[in-house]
Amino acid sequence: MNIYEQQARNRRMTWAVMFVFVVFFLVIGLGFDFFYLSFSPAKSPDYKWNVAGYYEAAVTSQPVPYGTIIALLIGFGMVANSMVNGAGMVLRSTMARRAVSTDEKERRFLNVVEEMATAAGMPPPTAYVVPDPDINAFAAGINPQNSVIAVTEGLLSSLNREELQAVVAHEMSHIKNYDMRLMTVAAALMGAIALLSDLAGRSMRPRYGGSSYSGSSSRSSSGGRKGGGLAAIVMFVVWIALVMLAPLVSRLLAMAISREREYLADASGAELTRNPLALISALEKIRGAVTPTSAINNGVAHMCITDPRGSLIEEKLGLAADLFATHPPMEKRILALKVMAYQAGN
Amino acid sequence: MKILVVILLAVVAWVVMIFNSLVRLRNQVANAYKQIDVQLKRRYDLIPNLVNSVKGEMKFEQSTLEKVIQARAAAMNAGAAGNMNEILAKEGMLTQALGKLIALTENYPNLKANESVKTLMEELTHTENQIGFSRQLYNDIVTKFNNEQQVFPNNVFASMMGFTAAVLFELPVDAKDREAPKVELTV
Repeated sequence: MNIYEQQARNRRMTWAVMFVFVVFFLVIGLGFDFFYLSFSPAKSPDYKWNVAGYYEAAVTSQPVPYGTIIALLIGFGMVANSMVNGAGMVLRSTMARRAVSTDEKERRFLNVVEEMATAAGMPPPTAYVVPDPDINAFAAGINPQNSVIAVTEGLLSSLNREELQAVVAHEMSHIKNYDMRLMTVAAALMGAIALLSDLAGRSMRPRYGGSSYSGSSSRSSSGGRKGGGLAAIVMFVVWIALVMLAPLVSRLLAMAISREREYLADASGAELTRNPLALISALEKIRGAVTPTSAINNGVAHMCITDPRGSLIEEKLGLAADLFATHPPMEKRILALKVMAYQAGN
Repeated sequence: MKILVVILLAVVAWVVMIFNSLVRLRNQVANAYKQIDVQLKRRYDLIPNLVNSVKGEMKFEQSTLEKVIQARAAAMNAGAAGNMNEILAKEGMLTQALGKLIALTENYPNLKANESVKTLMEELTHTENQIGFSRQLYNDIVTKFNNEQQVFPNNVFASMMGFTAAVLFELPVDAKDREAPKVELTV
């Protein structure tokens, strides 16, 4: 698959992710309206005998579906916010500063960023340095024209030029493949789902008796639905289960995408430098530094070259670690690169 | 009759599509070449500074230094003349001469400790990498352009529409200095 197909695939993926999340929003929002505010578009209308001599559907006033409106507003608001301010927010939260050309190490970093931009045929991203002794790096920004690449001070001092080049190439591939946009959207939606699920969960009281079925005593003409009490309870339980599971499912989805993008960025980064061995040795060094990157919080984890919580979590190869990790285990990434180097050598 | 017209229109539309994509690629090739050119100019500017700052220390490497200066002059002349094959050959020689010089400076601890030489060396490495990567990008685009011209249905029309294959930017095979410089590993 070439780079253009990858980009196209990523754009489709972004839409698919958005779609799944919108479904989640609607389930949470509409369910809330249905059970708490007696909002039900499918309700049979009241028929009234009007003066002209026939039955007419009365203009019933539906309650406003506040839940749905709030859910969609929160969702799209958070996505829009992270699209517009995402890079700036990330940089502020990590206290990153611009790399300066007077310092020898940072001069080299600036040069390397420029080289990788040349190799990728893209405008060079802005280079930032995060004051942290651990080894880590991340990219941010939703399009190649205004994107940033940031590395920690620890990375600048412990990696040689070729390894630095490999790490920058990895981040450059994230930008080039539009991974940042995909992951930014996924992360914002994940946060929104968690928030909404929490809200809906908190408002949960044993009042499904007060749902639209028995609560519509004023509109007694919906008598055809009597006996739906049990069905209502079942539906309510299913809805509650969905609300509880939504954050988990959305997290699993986002993490699965994140891990796949990491493999891809490793591969296309190695293609940019034509030097998979340098990335292998960089990853070995990163893995060797077990201390967590304290300047980078977990919210940015999916944008980093390795999980900032330290490699202890990474090294667990169990099912749970596989499902919830932002990055594939270092061992598997290095193995994939070694296979690539071996194939190139033959 | 109608069917014939429709088929004819489809063929014309298809040829137009080929033509447009080829034009786009040809412009990309030109642009990628300009990128290499920018980096080559940078290298010309950098070389005199570098030679001046290391020549005091590297008295015994006069021939290497001279080769670098000569290769630079030859490459600049070729660039001014504008013959593509000549440019490729001369720039290849300059790359090799510089590679040898960089490798040789490793033998001079005084040079490696010198701040201004260190900065120059980083600049030179940067420029060499830039040339390498822009060449890589250029070659990728040229390969794509040539592929687009030479695959089956396109090759019928490509030459008729005046497209010719672009030249890859390669090191000439017959260059004498192509072998890597010897590096002594004594500590």
